[in-house]
Amino acid sequence: MDNSVSPQNSLVSVQNLSFSRGNKKIFDDISLEFERGKITAIMGPSGTGKTTLLKLIGGQLFPEQGAIVVDGNNVHRLRRSELYNLRKRMGMLFQSGALLTDMSVFDNVAFPLREHTHLPESMIRTLVLMKLQAVGLRGARNLMPNELSGGMARRIALARAIALDPMMIMYDEPFTGQDPISKGALVHLIKSLNTILGLTSIVVSHDVYETAAIADYIYVISEGKIVGQGTPKEIEQSESEWVQQFMTGAADGPAHFHYPAKDYVDDLLSTGKRY
Amino acid sequence: MTEFLQQLGKNTRTSFTKLGRGTFFLVQTISGIPSVLPRPRLLLNQMYSVGVLSFLIITISGLFVGMVLGLQGYYTLSDFGAEESLGVMVAASLVRELGPVVSALLFAGRAGSALTAEIGLMKATEQLSGMEMMAVDPIKRIISPRFLAGFLSMPLLAALFSAVGIIGGQLVGSGLLGVDEGAYWSQMQAKLDFHDDIINGVIKSIVFGFVASWIALFEGYDAIPTSEGVSRATTRTVVNSAFSILGLDFILTTLMFGDK
Repeated sequence: MDNSVSPQNSLVSVQNLSFSRGNKKIFDDISLEFERGKITAIMGPSGTGKTTLLKLIGGQLFPEQGAIVVDGNNVHRLRRSELYNLRKRMGMLFQSGALLTDMSVFDNVAFPLREHTHLPESMIRTLVLMKLQAVGLRGARNLMPNELSGGMARRIALARAIALDPMMIMYDEPFTGQDPISKGALVHLIKSLNTILGLTSIVVSHDVYETAAIADYIYVISEGKIVGQGTPKEIEQSESEWVQQFMTGAADGPAHFHYPAKDYVDDLLSTGKRY
Repeated sequence: MTEFLQQLGKNTRTSFTKLGRGTFFLVQTISGIPSVLPRPRLLLNQMYSVGVLSFLIITISGLFVGMVLGLQGYYTLSDFGAEESLGVMVAASLVRELGPVVSALLFAGRAGSALTAEIGLMKATEQLSGMEMMAVDPIKRIISPRFLAGFLSMPLLAALFSAVGIIGGQLVGSGLLGVDEGAYWSQMQAKLDFHDDIINGVIKSIVFGFVASWIALFEGYDAIPTSEGVSRATTRTVVNSAFSILGLDFILTTLMFGDK
């Protein structure tokens, strides 16, 4: 493929990764490249381990095989202090926002600054207000997390993720459970932050429309394998039945509607004993 | 039979792995304590929620336990004409046993369950993961201050329990039943030994505080991150703490008072 990502320019490189949970193979020898300055999306149905992939990139989980290289560092070979230093340059937006519930919005955004810098309080205030302004929630600084809507919580979490000016942000299902207006706001934010701050973004999502609108490159994953990759346009025109089913949301196809079961008629006529 | 043995083996293995994880967790928690000391604010906040918020339940329970002791002690002692020794009896039971044990049980129910639920919910809502991704070690930032607070609060709460209990015993003994007030206090002063009674009681409460805080924090940290998992972990905290406190109390009592 002509426009496939060249490894030289990639910020994050996943090489021959395998990972299992119990007996279930989540990833089976997959390789992905995430280019600097671009928005790369990972799509696939629920339960394909998209969040697991982000945790592997962040060094919270260990792969069985393969390596993950972030900005030239093999994440799983780093010492703890080196990993923590790398994480300061990686932002992550959790699905729930993961705001600290006993702190106000302001303190949540100030949290990484207070933990990692010795800046005076006046400067922290300025920085926090700037980050909150970027996500449009400067006026909500005194609210507590339980007073926020889901979309607002995610925007605050995004402000917190960019507090230390990271080189990249990983978004875990940013659009799930959002109303159309919040979705629109998040789509706009992800795109504009990526451009303005020169970030590299990894978006994990199964919201086809929103993701395709902002992604530069898309990987479609199913059952531990990459079933399709390319620009949104290429994905749309993909001939893979699987990718087509996922993009159009057809109920039946390569991914079956029915959970594996024995023959329907036999099942109805059997004695009904539990087995 | 084989099924039984299989199950037994499986359960034993699960318990030992959990014990291993728990020990590892304890080592991490203790090694995180030095990073709490430069930030006294973190510790003070936790001392408030673990210690100060348990104040009411500890004082009220202490008062009632002391009053009942006064009443029961009086009836037994008066058979022998030894009512004057009521003060010694009340104080010795409280300082040696009831103070550390009952306050530790109350502590496990009030503060321990709250700690487990708090940590478990932080895990379930990805707050701990989020912290790790912000390069903040949740053990140092969240667990160690709570552990230290529980560990320091317990002897203070036990002392409070005993003190209020002794006053309760006096209220009933001399206020209601007519034991001489001077005898109540002076016999206590004469008979109670600082080392044998008070220090041993304090050692007990330090041990209980250590164990109860460890169990509560570990159960929360190790909880399955769902609402069901957190509620089960909270139950386990109270049950396991109670067993450990009572078991350890027997061992400690044997060691401290066994040769008399």
